[in-house]
Order: sequence, then structure tokens, then C-alpha cells
Amino acid sequence: MEHALEATLTVNGTKVTRRIAPRMHLVDFLRDELGLTGSHVGCEHGVCGACTVRVNGEIVRGCLMLAVQADGCTVDTIEGLSDSGEMKKLQEAFHQHNAFQCGFCTPAMLMAALDLVKKNPTADREAIRAHMSGNYCRCTGYQAIVDAIESVTGK
Amino acid sequence: MKAPSFAYAKPRSLEEAFPLIERPGARILAGGQSLIPSLNMRLSAPQLLVDIGGLSRLRDISPQPGGLRIGALVTHAEIERSLDVKFHVPLLAAAAPHIAHPAIRNRGTLGGSLALADPAAEYPACALALNATLILQSRKAERRVSAASFFKGLFETDIRPGEILVAAEFPKVERSAFLELTRRHGDYAIVGLAGVADASGKRIAFFSVDSKPVLAKHAAGAKSLEEAMKLLRQDLSPAADLYNTSATKLHLAGVLLSRAWNTLSKPH
Repeated sequence: MEHALEATLTVNGTKVTRRIAPRMHLVDFLRDELGLTGSHVGCEHGVCGACTVRVNGEIVRGCLMLAVQADGCTVDTIEGLSDSGEMKKLQEAFHQHNAFQCGFCTPAMLMAALDLVKKNPTADREAIRAHMSGNYCRCTGYQAIVDAIESVTGK
Repeated sequence: MKAPSFAYAKPRSLEEAFPLIERPGARILAGGQSLIPSLNMRLSAPQLLVDIGGLSRLRDISPQPGGLRIGALVTHAEIERSLDVKFHVPLLAAAAPHIAHPAIRNRGTLGGSLALADPAAEYPACALALNATLILQSRKAERRVSAASFFKGLFETDIRPGEILVAAEFPKVERSAFLELTRRHGDYAIVGLAGVADASGKRIAFFSVDSKPVLAKHAAGAKSLEEAMKLLRQDLSPAADLYNTSATKLHLAGVLLSRAWNTLSKPH
């Protein structure tokens, strides 16, 4: 039973069916099989948050979900949310506030921030920090990231 | 790192699940928020993962006389949002936001956390304080185990081979306090407290202080905070971790006890 299993996912609005080895996690699948390299692989044990994607509308750690578990699910990545314009306000805010240094954590920061903006559109700095606590920026650019998100929730 | 290879099966019913979990080297996959990291770090190498995520009967939160039954697959995020949980078991509602981070709370499950029995986890301490009943189902029978006898040691529970933790029942207790000390929101607790109080008295459990959650029986029975602080030494002898000595942990447990005491002491 170790062989690959067929799974069908809707990724950024497009239905894809692939045979997937059970051991492959969702982010490797998105990156290596579908070429969607905006979701990053950092620590691969759920600590850094760089792999944050949206599954059935809720953010998850892409490294802590097997791709076969996403069979039948709707998956949204930074690519899809950029193209659809859903991420536009936050992307502009990050740009304006210079909320990135190396940029490695940025796609996932945006994914986590969008989740907050949708659930708590008036979040204050404390709520922003609590919600973003699961995403690491190893350049330590947190101040600007919180500023950028606050400029969206504060409006 | 990448997980070793394993087989994967996703049963559509409990009846389908039992023969799968009885296979050698099989492990149950619920939300996967602890199991998948351990696979990725190659700390664990099961031959077969049995994904119980398709068993929709395990996703219910149902009020029942005297309390609430919560299915094993209910996620931390669902517990955090549920009005039934807030009303019947506010201790759990208060604990859920402390578990890791939103993206992890969207996948991690009540049953997974209870079955793993991590000594730093929130729910096992809540279950102990509330004297919850854990419901274990096997091919042949259902077994009901009290939280006090369910948690046996470090990552060790009373679950027997062939059993699946399907739900937990929590009695309704309105007065409760949940506190934990961490360096950063969502980190593992340095020390945590889950306490409840009703007409019969207080029940206060500490976590991250031993190989499993501990009921502070002496302190909970004290008449005053001063007395409770003295008695806490009889209840806890915390093991040091990488950053905190045993004395620090005992001190911090006292800090939490003093913060929770008034809430738990108001007349009923």
C-alpha cells in the first residue's frame, strides 16, 4: 500500500488530479508537482510558518498536511490570491511599509495576515502580534510587518 | 527533513478503521499536527497511517445532560469558536487559544491531543481538572475511562491496541481559570494551570511540571491563598527543563496559583 494514491485537488481554482506518494507533504506537492513555488519550505516541522497555505478557506501549515489528505479539498496559495486580487491591499501595505527584508517569509506572512484581516478586520497591534506569532521572520522585520497589517486593519 | 515512506489508508467508517489499525506498524492519523512533524524529523516510522479524518461522526459537539460530549476530530479552532463550549465548558474555550498558532489550531484535534498526552499540552490538564470521561471504542466494545486513570505517564495513556479515542465527555462547570506562562504566544508552556470550582470545591491541575498533568490536591483544599501556596510544595516537584530549574518552575506554578485563586474562590 506504499504506492502512490490518486488525489484530486482544486488548486487556485484549477482542478488537478495526480498520483501522490503518501509521504509527500502538501507544500512539496505544490512546489515540485505543480511548480507553485510561492509557498516556501522552511523548518518542515510546523515551527516557522513559511509554508502557510489555505485549505478549504482556512490557513494551515503546508508541511504538516500530507498532500493525499488534501484529496477533495480546495487549496489557495499566494499565487492564486495575488492573481485574484484578494491579497492586493495587504501586498500594497507590505510594499509601502517595507515589510520585508530577504522576503522568504513574506508569502506566508501575507497568507496569515489575510486570514486575520478577514476574521478580525479591526485587529489592533496586540491581536496582530498574537495572530502572526506562528510566522517567523528570521531577518526580524516584525515591526514593519505589524505596521503594514495595522495600516489595513486600522482603516 | 522528509518523512520516511509509509502506506496510507483513509477508512470511511469506524467499522472500516478497526481492521486497519490492528495491522502491525499501523498508527492513527487525526489532525497530524504532532505526528507529521515527528515523521518529518524521522522520530517515528509507522508502516501504515490510518487517516481517521473521514469519520464525520467524530466531528460533533453535542450538549447532553450535565455537560458536553465533544468528538475526537473537533479541531482546536472549532473549540475556540463554539458557543456550546463557551457555555458548558468555559475552561476548554479559554485553553484553546493558547494552543500553538491559528494555522495549527485549524488542523489539530481534541482527540489527537488527548491521545498523544504531551506533558506540556493544554487539554490533558483541562480533562484532569474537569474529571472528564474519555470514550474508547474498539471492534467489540466501548470503554469509558476517567481522565485521572487515562493519563499514565510521558506520552502514555490507557488506550489499548485496537482502540480509537472517539470522544470525550466534559461536565458543565462554569467557574474556571486557565493560565499559562510562555516566552512567546503559542510556545510550549513553561508552566500551566487549568482549574475549576463548584460547590464541591476546587480542582486545580498543573501541566508542563511532570511527565503528565498533576492535580494539586493539597493546595486546592486550602482555606486561603497563603495556605495553598505552602501546600503546593506537597503537590508538585517539577522536573527542570532546558531553560528553567525545578525551583523556578515551582515558583512560577505558585504565581499562576495566586493569579487563579480569587476567580476560583468566589462564592457559588
